Amino acid sequence: MAKHTLIAYVEDVPGVLNRIASLFRRRNFNIDSLTVGRAEQPGVSRLTVVVEATEAGARLVEANLYKLVNVLRVDDLTRKPALMRELGLVKVTVTPDTRTQVLQLVDVFRARVVDVDDQALVIEVTGTPEKIGKFELVLRPYGIVEMVRTGVVAMARGHEPLSSNPPLVRAEVAGHKAEDHAHDTGVSMSV
Amino acid sequence: MKLTGAEIIWECLQKEGVDVVFGYPGGAILPTYDAMTKYPKIHHVLVRHEQGATHMADGYARASGKVGVAIATSGPGATNMVTGIATAMMDSSPIVCITGQVGSKAIGTDAFQETDVTGVTLPITKHNYLVTRPDDIARAIREAFYIAKSGRPGPVLVDITKDAQQLTCEFDWEAAAPKLPGYRPDLRALPSEYAKALELINTAKRPIIFAGQGVIKANATAQVLELADTTRTPIAVTLLGIGAIPASSPLNLGMMGMHGEAWVNEAIQQADLIIALGMRFDDRVTGNLKTYAPHAKKIHVEIDPSEVNKNVHVDVALIGDLAEVLEELLPGVRAADRSDWWATIAAAKGDSAVRDIQALPDSGHLYAAHVINDIWRLTQKRNTIVVTDVGQHQMWEAQYFHHEKPRSLITSGGLGTMGFALPAAIGAKFACPEKDVWVVVGDGGFQMTSCELATAEQEGIKVNVAIINNAFLGMVRQWQEFFYDKRYAATPMTGPDFAKLAEAYRLTGLRCNKRSDVKATVEKTLATKGTVVIDFVVEKEDTVFPMVPAGAALDKMIRRPKQDVMSESGADKDWEMPSSTLPGVFVEAAVEASLNGHGKAAKLSKPAKKSAKPVKVAAKPLRVAPTKKRSTARR
Repeated sequence: MAKHTLIAYVEDVPGVLNRIASLFRRRNFNIDSLTVGRAEQPGVSRLTVVVEATEAGARLVEANLYKLVNVLRVDDLTRKPALMRELGLVKVTVTPDTRTQVLQLVDVFRARVVDVDDQALVIEVTGTPEKIGKFELVLRPYGIVEMVRTGVVAMARGHEPLSSNPPLVRAEVAGHKAEDHAHDTGVSMSV
Repeated sequence: MKLTGAEIIWECLQKEGVDVVFGYPGGAILPTYDAMTKYPKIHHVLVRHEQGATHMADGYARASGKVGVAIATSGPGATNMVTGIATAMMDSSPIVCITGQVGSKAIGTDAFQETDVTGVTLPITKHNYLVTRPDDIARAIREAFYIAKSGRPGPVLVDITKDAQQLTCEFDWEAAAPKLPGYRPDLRALPSEYAKALELINTAKRPIIFAGQGVIKANATAQVLELADTTRTPIAVTLLGIGAIPASSPLNLGMMGMHGEAWVNEAIQQADLIIALGMRFDDRVTGNLKTYAPHAKKIHVEIDPSEVNKNVHVDVALIGDLAEVLEELLPGVRAADRSDWWATIAAAKGDSAVRDIQALPDSGHLYAAHVINDIWRLTQKRNTIVVTDVGQHQMWEAQYFHHEKPRSLITSGGLGTMGFALPAAIGAKFACPEKDVWVVVGDGGFQMTSCELATAEQEGIKVNVAIINNAFLGMVRQWQEFFYDKRYAATPMTGPDFAKLAEAYRLTGLRCNKRSDVKATVEKTLATKGTVVIDFVVEKEDTVFPMVPAGAALDKMIRRPKQDVMSESGADKDWEMPSSTLPGVFVEAAVEASLNGHGKAAKLSKPAKKSAKPVKVAAKPLRVAPTKKRSTARR
């Protein structure tokens, strides 16, 4: 089992998020995080979903997403050069003694302080999920009052277009070698 | 042209070529029913329960290949459809369900008869729509028909609010053409995949073809037979694939899976190549996946990519319409002889035919297998559709009724819906009025939807209902016998006098409890005008053989007993199994142990040890035959 990051373009119609959530529940796929937002085209939402799955499971997720009538295209960015970003807000307690230490950490993580009062700071941090996890870890000793993470959004590097066809599933099973995903050719009609 | 939403619904149905709809009126769908009177070309069948409407639409779709239509009101009307929709979903049957919904302003207020039907049916429809404006009705219905019948077919539900039915708008059929940018029903595999598949087919020594329902849906019988004949490859069919390949074809080995023939399953376990055509490796077909077809490479021809590698890892997947894929494959296929492989299969077949109860002389007892086989023999020359429910009768029908043509068996396979048969048969009769439609149904399943006899009576149509009445929920009882120490919890079942029930509906009722009477009964049924219900009172504790226990390896079947209990003549003594136990009978604990990888596989020679409370029958744990006393008690 590994984390797979998939992005999906979906028609922005009522109930579409419900369809996707229902699919994951129905097929017993495990959602790690799910974010939805507008994309470059009007009427289209872009979804980033991180699932805990085997290679074979990820192909099934992808094929099942394609089966939804409102899903326009899906891509698995797990094995591609891609940017993963997440935003976190952390409210941490500070005392006159610890304030400078926290501010130093904020600097190190290239985070920003967005709210200050005499007892707490609210810090905004962006980056990979790992970076935000690490940031949380180092702030924990100072006392985290509240914390929220947006879930990851992802985008492939470079200029290759997104695949627009379902992969015709080939996946790794114990003893079988996973074959390269035909997505890389941009055609992806093969398995 | 300005029309009300309700009129637009009927205009659209007419333009989609619908000639019959199955439905039940109610408050939220009333405007549509009111407009119906203006469209006399579409015949409306009033059902007795909305579940029946969906099963009828399903039966109509499976018999005709066209889209079946069911209509119901909001709330309870729509929720009653759920079972029928789920049945159609599992068996890929194209139906469109139209439901009324409370007015758009009342949505979300828990108004009278309000249910979130699109929410409820979301996981059991291929797609669904909630329409709140008359302007959106035409497009929703056009898309619903297109989605239902294209690609892998399935049910689509269109929920239309009452105000959308009442308000008027401009009706423009052309402008309402489907716009579905994300819907891809026509996928194709790359040429390189065909090359890989051909390589496997041309080098295999022991190949086997699986013919599933996809063969029927794609009308690919001729191509499959050509592939099998050229390469001398035996064909095994799935339950829903029955009829795809003529039963009389020497290439057709018969049904695979849990109650498939033993030689078919043995052939699968020995095969070095499986060519799976339009089937989905259901658990009832594969048995234990860990031991399934261990020597076989697999080619999967399938229209739905999400079925590939779902249960079984395949080596080559050819996505696309089955007939088109086969057309592309056939020129590259090399002729072969494969006589060794056929000899192996013939050896595995061995004495199975002799063990078949059908070959045994009349013992004075009526067995379901006899009834079904006799119906087949007596109706062979006629054009017949058989519709079954789920359970023992379904398996006996699959084993003893030999189907020659596609769409001649309609059965609830995936969902295994009791109560499916009678309404689906009524739907099938509307699709094919020139054919005989037989319902083969258990006494349990029949009682679930027997109210639809009234529909048959009101419509004046003829379906022949053969109730296989063993006064038990037979298949559940069989599992209790094998795996639950014969504790028959809640499986003995009484029913009404079925013949009198038929008469109460102003139909014909017959009863038959002797094998020698079957012929006369069937002949009388065929000669009678209108629907006939036959109560075939059969042996109560009869068993479907062969059987793969759930979770066991496919070739570890419980075979038909060699010393068949049914060969005994009708003396009044208690029937006993021979003292040696049935070969290969598993008990659940042993099956589970072997599945979990600890403990030994079930010991075949020893009878199961009983640790449970001392039930009376436990002393002879594997006795199969009923006692004469008990079986006559209720007659």
